[in-house]
Amino acid sequence: MHSRTCDAADAPTPGSPLPGTVEHALKIAVVGGFGVGKTTLVRSVSEIRPLTTEETMTEAAANVDDVRGVEGKRTTTIAFDFGRITLDATSVLYLFGAPGQQRFWFLWDRVLAGSLGAVVLVDTRRLEDSWYAIDRLEAQKTPFIVAHNDFGDAEHTLDDIRAALDLDPAVPLIRCDARERDSARQVLVTLVQHVRSLVSGDPR
Amino acid sequence: MSRSHRDESPDRLYVITSGRSSAPDDALDSVALIVAENAPTAGMQSEHARILRLCRGPTALVEIAAHLELPLAITRILVTDLLDGGHATARHPRSAPRRARPTTSPDVLEKVLLALQNL
Ligand SMILES: Nc1nc2c(ncn2[C@@H]2O[C@H](COP(=O)(O)OP(=O)(O)OP(=O)(O)O)[C@@H](O)[C@H]2O)c(=O)[nH]1
Ligand SMILES: [Mg+2]
Repeated sequence: MHSRTCDAADAPTPGSPLPGTVEHALKIAVVGGFGVGKTTLVRSVSEIRPLTTEETMTEAAANVDDVRGVEGKRTTTIAFDFGRITLDATSVLYLFGAPGQQRFWFLWDRVLAGSLGAVVLVDTRRLEDSWYAIDRLEAQKTPFIVAHNDFGDAEHTLDDIRAALDLDPAVPLIRCDARERDSARQVLVTLVQHVRSLVSGDPR
Repeated sequence: MSRSHRDESPDRLYVITSGRSSAPDDALDSVALIVAENAPTAGMQSEHARILRLCRGPTALVEIAAHLELPLAITRILVTDLLDGGHATARHPRSAPRRARPTTSPDVLEKVLLALQNL
């Protein structure tokens, strides 16, 4: 594990409480394939050590359109982790790391409902892991950006990646190192700027 | 990262929630902030008491789940019990909790941006 020294390391472990004045919680999803760096990115910017929990859904609770991956009455369970950033006295931002594969998506519909936007984290070794998430975010009209987590393995330009993902030219695509706090933060800044431009440019 | 409660027995979870397996459609959002309105009372189910102790200040539903090492769905049911009983209140998230397209207001986005830039 790359344990970096940042605020997260100083936080008391069983949960540093939020200020009592916090009224609003916002969320951002970090979606991507296995091992692409979702937890690392969350850890780099979170003020708490990322926490883990799980969502379970039985057939009865699942959306009927979305249960293709669920057989019979089995309960589907997925572990996910999250971190947070207290924005000011009244607001807190939660960051969720979410595996993007199709068979998990119906769980995210509930966990991530109302997210202000999403970051799709991609790794050039397995770009196809992000296709489904991108389709799904486009269909839901959830604002998103794509961040290429650079493992230093290949010589892909951002243009190559954009073409391989068949990404709408309006969707920002940036490179990042999820282990670096500044880089991870810049990913979030890029997303929020993008959402802001959509909100101000499209008053629907 | 530990995924420690993966092996939690379904039977135990069933008992904790008195056999209920799913929350209603207008269920609490994953980041609804829960605040205890009173201390645990005598005879209260231990999970309910733990939640009240955890929520002396506002605490998001997902954080409660993580600290209790219970799945989100189970935690949602337990918290809903407390809300229904008047033992806790919920502060709801900023954007629409349902599937509708998120519409975060420009001033909220501006605030988020500023906070991230100053991180
Ligand atoms: N070289 C390099 N390694 C990274 C980078 N980001 C993450 N890693 C490493 O890649 C591994 C996987 O990162 P995680 O953050 O656990 O990935 P994840 O997407 O959360 O993985 P799962 O939750 O298992 O799907 C870890 O060993 C990280 O330290 C990066 O930018 N560069
Ligand atoms: Mg992870």
